[in-house]
Amino acid sequence: MSEYRPTIGVEVHAQLKTETKLFCGCPVAFGEEANTNVCAICLGLPGVLPSLNKKAVELAIKAGLALNCEIHTKSIFARKNYFYPDLPKGYQITQYRFPIATDGKILVEGKEIRIKRVHLEEESAKSIHETDKSLIDYNRSGVPLIEIVTEPDIDSPDMAVAYLKTLQKILQFESISDAVMARAEFRCEPNISVSKEEGKLGTRTEVKNLNSFKAVKNSLSSEIKRQIGILEAGEVVEQATIHYSEETGKTWVARSKEKSSDYRYFPEPDLPPLNVDKKWIEEIKATLGELPGRKKEKYISLGLSKEDAKIISSSSAASSLFEEILKLVNEPLEVSKWILRDYRSLGGPDISAASFAEMIEMVLSGEISRNAGAEVLAEMTRTKKAPKQIVKEKNLAQISDSNALEKIVREVLDENPDESTRLKKGEKKLIGFFVGQVMKKTKGKADPKEVSRIISEYEKKY
Amino acid sequence: MKTIPEYQELFKKGEITPTGLLTNCLKKINPSLNAYITVTEELARKGLKKDSKGKLRGIPIAVKDNINIKGVPTTCASNVLKGFIPPFSATVIERIEKNGGIFIGKTNLDEFGMGSSTERSYYGPTKNPFDETKVPGGSSGGSAAAVSSGSAVISLGSDTGGSVRQPASYCGLVGLKPTYGRVSRYGLVAFGSSLDQIGIIGRNSVDVGIMLEVIAGYDPKDSTSSKKEIDDYSDLNEVSKNIKIGIPEEYFKHIDPGVHSSVMEIKRRIEKEGISFKSVSLPTTGYIIPTYQVISYAEASSNLARYDGVRYGLRKNGESFHDTIRKSRDAGFLPEVKRRILVGTFVLSSEAIAEYYERADLIRRLITQEFNEVFREVDYLLTPATPTPAFPIGERTDDPIRMHVPDRMTAGANLAGLPAVVAPAGMIGNLPIGYQIIGKPFDEKGILSIVRLVEKMAPFEGFLKEVRDE
Repeated sequence: MSEYRPTIGVEVHAQLKTETKLFCGCPVAFGEEANTNVCAICLGLPGVLPSLNKKAVELAIKAGLALNCEIHTKSIFARKNYFYPDLPKGYQITQYRFPIATDGKILVEGKEIRIKRVHLEEESAKSIHETDKSLIDYNRSGVPLIEIVTEPDIDSPDMAVAYLKTLQKILQFESISDAVMARAEFRCEPNISVSKEEGKLGTRTEVKNLNSFKAVKNSLSSEIKRQIGILEAGEVVEQATIHYSEETGKTWVARSKEKSSDYRYFPEPDLPPLNVDKKWIEEIKATLGELPGRKKEKYISLGLSKEDAKIISSSSAASSLFEEILKLVNEPLEVSKWILRDYRSLGGPDISAASFAEMIEMVLSGEISRNAGAEVLAEMTRTKKAPKQIVKEKNLAQISDSNALEKIVREVLDENPDESTRLKKGEKKLIGFFVGQVMKKTKGKADPKEVSRIISEYEKKY
Repeated sequence: MKTIPEYQELFKKGEITPTGLLTNCLKKINPSLNAYITVTEELARKGLKKDSKGKLRGIPIAVKDNINIKGVPTTCASNVLKGFIPPFSATVIERIEKNGGIFIGKTNLDEFGMGSSTERSYYGPTKNPFDETKVPGGSSGGSAAAVSSGSAVISLGSDTGGSVRQPASYCGLVGLKPTYGRVSRYGLVAFGSSLDQIGIIGRNSVDVGIMLEVIAGYDPKDSTSSKKEIDDYSDLNEVSKNIKIGIPEEYFKHIDPGVHSSVMEIKRRIEKEGISFKSVSLPTTGYIIPTYQVISYAEASSNLARYDGVRYGLRKNGESFHDTIRKSRDAGFLPEVKRRILVGTFVLSSEAIAEYYERADLIRRLITQEFNEVFREVDYLLTPATPTPAFPIGERTDDPIRMHVPDRMTAGANLAGLPAVVAPAGMIGNLPIGYQIIGKPFDEKGILSIVRLVEKMAPFEGFLKEVRDE
């Protein structure tokens, strides 16, 4: 069976991060009461006309640029005609022959995946099926989407998932889309064919309704098996839409292509051709951040481990905080530790880089201990108070006064006579024990380095 | 017969009151003409209460029933929109309200504007006020009959292939189709979106100019509306002697001899004013009707897809969603609309689009180019408005090809997006016929000024029916 090679292409629909819908002023919001974010335009009432949302165009251009596409100064909207209850006009406004961006590429795990096109279109409404009736929520009707289509450059289910993850990160990183799969802001429709012959493609099927990366991977694996099974039986694979069940892990034919609609695309007469000037494209280009891949390389060059660099670069919030703090405290390793451990364990709170940097400075200067630093950070997240104020209020300042510390060390030695005797006899491993006792007694406020020094000297005296 | 400025003068002097004018107009509503689908007396009286100093203060206006007025049913003369009340007004309606105009009613039309006779209405045919056995023209036949019979001072229609101009010709009125993009389409129920334009039907060019001044201009809600500044359309007194008017020979073939001589008489009168004429040729004229049909039907098939019975209008429940749609649309549309939806669906289908829709789109560009070239030689074109006067009710209802015949004079301006106006040229027997002036894009002022020139030297009121006077 191994001589069959799969060829995969992917279509992704991503919701653009705009305040309002693509052709009207209704807010884009998730989880609102049904049919509250609607108006005559997104309900397609008789007499309405669409007005294009400029922000959506900007984000579509940004997506095209981030995917290294050619941006077209003239693109044309088209109507895709079909009847469905969640399609209030009986057609969807999309782009067909003349999309806004084409011919891009991105690198995924060292392999180049070509992007065929990126185009703008409007979302349909949502049908909710109940036993005796169907209800429609038009809140999503008219929400702006981009469709991103690859060339069939993907050769395995794992590669498809890697591509999708990379794409999702790019969209999130550039603030083009929140791309949360669970909210249907990022939807994938892979198409797949298998073939034995080099350079010859088999008949492809399209897999729909996939809600997770796992589903993408498993459905494609299942579909590869299904198609090979058909070919091995001497039959032919039919062009079809495929559905996948997460429960059974199997794919099946939902709709064969013969029954598919003729969408009767034609240019949307209600919208003039979309002209974007080169200057605007350049302005948008200037807002592009560094993509996760490039960031990761940069962090490694600062001395971070590959793994740490990957974690920080993959979150736009973490990486921008990291970089902002570095401008104030140029200690990449130290800062990265705080981000990776404490910031992440707090769930990535909204925290100012300046306060964060101030706290790290206090730790580095020995003003507070590392543990106290973590406590300050947690308190900052909760109360938004300044680090200095927290240290004062909670009395977290580190005890580094040698005289004071020596006094506490002596007390601890007196309280533990057995261990104290063994230490005097040269049992060095007990230094750690005593440092721990001092820290306990000072509730973590003692400077552990200083404590360790005092105890060592004490040991040497004997 | 008074103009809108004359009414304003009389209001000021107190010789008549807006309420008196409205009462008179309401009295003139003749049920046997069937010009109105909905009479909005209450809305009109409410409008009078508003303190307005606008250009249209107290003027009763009839509105074709495919233009939304908030809170008043929009039927498009179709059963499919049964019970639909729009929650918003068209931009033109808002602008008229701001200028003090009042709305007397929603007028009859061919269903969704698809026809040339106002016979294909779910609400029955409208009759020609000059002869009730004849059609008033269409599809804005109700708006023409309303003005012609004196129940409205002026009216709004929509013109996709001649739907404002042809009824104006049949009813002895001035009908203007502005340049595509001059007037916002927001709130006009779409038929053929790339051709549709809201138009005006009035008794004279002055009234039409004033109405245009109110409704024209950029509207952010209509992306196809033009940002070009509007002209002062209420001043139509200047016509330069240096203009040249073209006579396109193709428009004078296969027409009623009475129409020919009447339009030639108009030419002679304009010539007497020292304006020169030139014979020109528009060889693509023969392609206008098929091109218009393919494009308008294609767009209509898509524009009318929303009437599925799901959200508003008529619903006939079926066994599945698609069955419900089928039943609702089957019960909702009349045969002509169904025919056009079917043809329109076909010409966009993957097997036919190249042969039909795309070819029509190409020919449309050739037609437009030809007009542009002719407009390098001349400034305006003079043509008949229709090949014949109004035809008998029932004569063409079974013959869609013959029904489209009048469109060949008018649909060219829609395909090329040009402004065109029709005005009375004379009478053939008891029926009026009109001439048409087509202008360059956005030269509404120019074409209306020529009409004004003709009006001033030969007042045609003599042949207009008594009923039009209040």
